[in-house]
Amino acid sequence: MTRSATASAVTTIAELVGVERHYKMGENVVRALDGINLKIMSGEYIAIMGRSGSGKSTLLNLLGCLDRPTGGQYLVGGEDVSNLDDGQLSEVRGKKIGFIFQSFNLIPQLTVLENLEVPLFYQGRVGVESRAKAQRLAERVGLHGRLGHRPLELSGGQQQRVAIARALMNDPLFLLADEATGNLDSKTEEEILHLIDELHQDGVTIVVVTHNPRVAERAQKVVWLKDGVVERIEVNR
Amino acid sequence: MFGPATLRTIRLGIKSLLLHKLRSSLTMLGMLFGVFSVIAMLAIGEGASYEAQQQIKALGSTNIIVRTQKPPETEESSSGNSMWSAKFFGLKYRDAQRIQDTLLNLEMVIPIRETRREARVGANWYPTDVLGTVPEFLPASAIKINEGRWLTAVDEHRQSNVAVLGALAARALFPLAPPIGQTVLCGADRFEVVGVLEYQGLSNARGPTLDQCIFVPMSTSRSWFGDIQTKMTGGTFERTGIELHEIKVRVRTEGEVLDTAVVIEAMLASTHSEKDYEVIVPLRLLMQAEETKRIFNLVLGAIASISLLVGGIGIMNVMLATVTERTREIGIRRALGAKKKNIISQFLVETIVLSGTGGLLGVGLGLAGPYFVKLIDPERITVTKPEHVLMAFCISAAVGIVFGLYPAWRAANMDPVEALRHE
Repeated sequence: MTRSATASAVTTIAELVGVERHYKMGENVVRALDGINLKIMSGEYIAIMGRSGSGKSTLLNLLGCLDRPTGGQYLVGGEDVSNLDDGQLSEVRGKKIGFIFQSFNLIPQLTVLENLEVPLFYQGRVGVESRAKAQRLAERVGLHGRLGHRPLELSGGQQQRVAIARALMNDPLFLLADEATGNLDSKTEEEILHLIDELHQDGVTIVVVTHNPRVAERAQKVVWLKDGVVERIEVNR
Repeated sequence: MFGPATLRTIRLGIKSLLLHKLRSSLTMLGMLFGVFSVIAMLAIGEGASYEAQQQIKALGSTNIIVRTQKPPETEESSSGNSMWSAKFFGLKYRDAQRIQDTLLNLEMVIPIRETRREARVGANWYPTDVLGTVPEFLPASAIKINEGRWLTAVDEHRQSNVAVLGALAARALFPLAPPIGQTVLCGADRFEVVGVLEYQGLSNARGPTLDQCIFVPMSTSRSWFGDIQTKMTGGTFERTGIELHEIKVRVRTEGEVLDTAVVIEAMLASTHSEKDYEVIVPLRLLMQAEETKRIFNLVLGAIASISLLVGGIGIMNVMLATVTERTREIGIRRALGAKKKNIISQFLVETIVLSGTGGLLGVGLGLAGPYFVKLIDPERITVTKPEHVLMAFCISAAVGIVFGLYPAWRAANMDPVEALRHE
């Protein structure tokens, strides 16, 4: 990773300004998010915590551009994405965000290499270059010689490593991890968390959504949500 | 259009289809049989009408054929007959004469007499019809001389004992020796063979085909065989007196056929007390055959469309199941940057691969169809037209697109958040 060199100039990567997300449930309006203000700076490692129902998942979907806010502004890399249409949002996801999911979410019929190439495929960038990059990232996350395997031939930890490599394929502005270790045993959890730490040290910006304190304690900043608003922000270390 | 991305999408589609080999091949079968049945049905339909049309065309489209028909049996006619008295009916020599004299637009009028005889040459024997006719018969019948010559006006004038053999009759009577100049015995009468006809190969619903007949001059037939024929059926003799069995009338152009036929029908109706004749107009039959073929093709087309429709519904069903099953994958792809159109093309490509492969296999089977038909029914003629094959394949591809659109659309319009949460 060459990011450590550029990480010295800290910039705002993503910014939420008074973001609201309201759902209509029949007569009632559910205020899942009710005015969130948050800045994500380059090179940061942020954990978002909160009880279930606090708006964690909604915030994750908004941060990942899978959903649009009903109020407020969300800027990614300086671009306001609050009012983009479906196709434009897809593009933002594909170019600026790297997803890591709890259940790995690899495509079972594809090999590891093909899974790694998926994000670049949708940007029309599949070729010799993408192959080389996939190989490099696979080495980086410790998946030597597994490129031809299918996801089901790998252990849970290995699958999550593939998913992390896949999330890095498009050189995203930040990695967005949703309970990345929720499906792993504690030993594997430790390995994956260690890998994420390493990536952070290399300069990758990381946002994890979790209710696991062991995950949260590794972050520099912990954002506590409650009833759709930021309750408090703790800074570790 | 066919960039590396499209190729990758197609490869991915095939890969996904191969995940469920049984399901994919069963779905494909629907398409395969749809396309196969379209091609096979149309080939059989075309073949059937082709055969019928050839038969009708052989009768000649400018011809009008008047044939003697046994009149409907009535009380008095049957009770009045003693064992030895003959029943006279049918076309008369004077009918032919009257037609020729009255109508001025006729190219030729050809009377024909049919006499049932056993033909014999040495030990070879061949029961057949001896046709007495005039020299104009040959040009009017679209049949050619293979060896020797046809009957002439001189034969007719002299009542010569000469005969021309149909191809099959010649083969049966003279399996080894050349027939020209030989003598053939028809009943008790000797005829010199002067010619042999070319093989025509058409069937004839009424009796022996032209290939099986023996042809002699009209005057010879009349004076040697007479008008009365005796037939033994069920222990009783039936004696019938028929002068002419057929009068073939040819007009100059097809446009005159129908009107002339009406006039001839009217003339015969006024001179015959009983309906002891029938008027056959090949052109009319041809028009009816065309119409029948049109309706036939329409019905076949409808049946075929239904089978393709059923195949299409099968595809749609499977694709809907596939989309539901792969909801999670759709969510993943959307999260990784896939646009709606990417998802649509992914699933549409899968459907097209499915229906296209089924269609291609169906075309293959359809082209092999005539071979199977030949195994079951060697006589059956099938005509496979390239445009039908192309049509069947295009319809199958179109069905794939039409029935693939909805599942693909559903896949693309899933909410990515919901899709990712799907178990």
